[in-house]
Amino acid sequence: MLTPARIPYLLLLPATLFLCAFFLYPFVLVAIEAFTRDGTFTAQNFQTALGHWKFPAAMTNTLLLAAVVVPIQTALALLMAVLVTKMTSGRDMALYVFTIPLGISDLAAGIIWLAIFEQSGFLNSMLYHLGIIDQPGTWLGYQSKGVIFAAVVLAEVWRATAIMLVILVAGMGLIPKEYDEAAEVFGASPWKRFIRVTLPLLRPSLQTALILRVILAFEVFAVVAALGGTSLPVLMGETYHWQFALQDRGVAAAFAIVILAISIAATLVIMRALRVPKEARI
Amino acid sequence: MTKFRLTTGIVAAGLALCATSAQAQDLLFWSTQAKPVEETQRMRDDVLSGFDQPVDYQAADEGPWITRIQAETQAGSGSIALLGGLHGDFTSVEGGLVDLDTDLDSANVVPAYAELGKLGGDGQKYVPWMQATYMMAANKQALEFLPEGADLNELTYDQLIQWAGAMAEATGGPKFGLPAGPKGLKHRFFQGYLLPSYTGGVVRTFKSAEAEEAWNKLAELWQFTTPASTNYAFMQEPLLTGEVWVAFDHTARLAEAFNQKPDDFVAFPTPKGPKGRGYMPVIAGMAIPATAPDPEASAALIDYMLSPEAQIATLRATNFFPVVDVDLPDDMPPSVKAAGEVISYTSKSEDSITALLPMGLGDAGGKFNQVYVDMFERTILGGQPIRDALDDQANALDALMKETGAPCWAPDAPSDGPCPVE
Repeated sequence: MLTPARIPYLLLLPATLFLCAFFLYPFVLVAIEAFTRDGTFTAQNFQTALGHWKFPAAMTNTLLLAAVVVPIQTALALLMAVLVTKMTSGRDMALYVFTIPLGISDLAAGIIWLAIFEQSGFLNSMLYHLGIIDQPGTWLGYQSKGVIFAAVVLAEVWRATAIMLVILVAGMGLIPKEYDEAAEVFGASPWKRFIRVTLPLLRPSLQTALILRVILAFEVFAVVAALGGTSLPVLMGETYHWQFALQDRGVAAAFAIVILAISIAATLVIMRALRVPKEARI
Repeated sequence: MTKFRLTTGIVAAGLALCATSAQAQDLLFWSTQAKPVEETQRMRDDVLSGFDQPVDYQAADEGPWITRIQAETQAGSGSIALLGGLHGDFTSVEGGLVDLDTDLDSANVVPAYAELGKLGGDGQKYVPWMQATYMMAANKQALEFLPEGADLNELTYDQLIQWAGAMAEATGGPKFGLPAGPKGLKHRFFQGYLLPSYTGGVVRTFKSAEAEEAWNKLAELWQFTTPASTNYAFMQEPLLTGEVWVAFDHTARLAEAFNQKPDDFVAFPTPKGPKGRGYMPVIAGMAIPATAPDPEASAALIDYMLSPEAQIATLRATNFFPVVDVDLPDDMPPSVKAAGEVISYTSKSEDSITALLPMGLGDAGGKFNQVYVDMFERTILGGQPIRDALDDQANALDALMKETGAPCWAPDAPSDGPCPVE
């Protein structure tokens, strides 16, 4: 019965069942919730969600955060990955240190940065004791949205760059050394070798890393909640608010579907942009 | 053989364990109150330990609290023995509660509060458990900046604005604070204090000219309010650090300031507006879900909680006052003394306008609060014109009232049908 041809499917079965039970099924439920109200099909939930006065701000903030955070993280992760790959000794140690923030939950990360920026926080105490300021400043007040935004960016970069790093380091390990050596023989500078050899060959890993990171960026919530409260609305925060504070599951589900839609759109764009033709794969 | 014996042994031990745990199952008290860890622990150690059965006191946020009750109600069986929550929490889960037959007269429960527990119907859905209210607290350093001729107990909103302005000027930064953070109770300030004081109503008068004036006054006050207010949840913390000198908050959320530095702070009633002094009593209650495993034990627990000893122990544990007639002992913490004086002054004062917590809104209580919070975020924080935002939010409020069909509650005049926004 157990023919070799069937084994792969059999091995995939547990994961498929898991996905169906814990992702697909809840997703269908959420979709139903989003499109119905009191049992009848309606677009009212979406009208409420999209027509709410905070929606444009939440959408802009979410997209803007992703647009700022992801490029910074990509650049940093690439730089760190190159450094780690080039190291001859202590490579594992460096990798461990770089990935420590990954082990911290995002809410904890938000609270760590809150402890730095709040009125009686580390930043104010430091500036005060250095004599730079006379009295503690309010960094995360509602009028300083820019500062809150920057603090969120900082916290996110600190926390989640490592996830890209791990994927990119693995990807760089897969690139055969011959290409790089050949380029070096022809006199290509290190920068040129990076741009012309490493980056193109890294495309599959870059694709994975970017998709993962962008989707997570659209779901940013705990860090923003800790640092900005309601001053910096984001889509995920609004979803939570509608579900738990306003007790309206329909509208919360509509917000969730909106996040899903932009995640799918971003994934398609990244897949298209970083597509590797079949014949060009290593 | 050995293996067989070992297995039987394990099975037997397992069965025995099940049996004992079923027998000695603790009564689950599922509550939205006494959430800070210290208070939860004091509820367990100092209040519930006096009951003759073990009670497992668990405090949760409103969302998870409601979700679990709804889940147990839908499943038709549950493990929650007793529910604890604010008046507004119970309106969300009304369908899952049994009618209680607790003898409230002989327990000496304040009759007006007992009436609230019927949630507008005939059956007693919840029994009052404890009460609190809101008040003002000031650091004594702030008193020298009080406007001339102002009486702390009879302060008006205009005098409060002057006072806050004088403090800001003298110290170089705003020293007035509001609990305007995401977990702060700012909406109660608008619904129970600011708006009733200016308009005499909450829903009917929502977009009146008086309401516009009230929001304008708040905007004036906001100039002298520390911008860090949008991060505050419990005003006792900024009061203790000295970031804030004068603040409005729930009595239980100011308590630590008085308890830690009793000589540094004074408590006083909330300010008055043209219509009088808006005032909002906060009632927490206890209810039994229809799915309670042992309703008799739950009812016995309610009786215990209403006993004078348990009420005083609850006051010590949570800073919420008794709902039954009891004589408070002399050794109460400073916060209780401070709040007690303010509460009795306010309830005796003739121009107080009692604003009740929203009634009949079902699970739309959060949305009702959001109407007022949105007003605050749009105008005071976001700088949108007050008139336009009022008209826009009035539509949202009107739709909400029609959707829920909630009739007016005090201080609004009674209505036939849903409370109208005039």
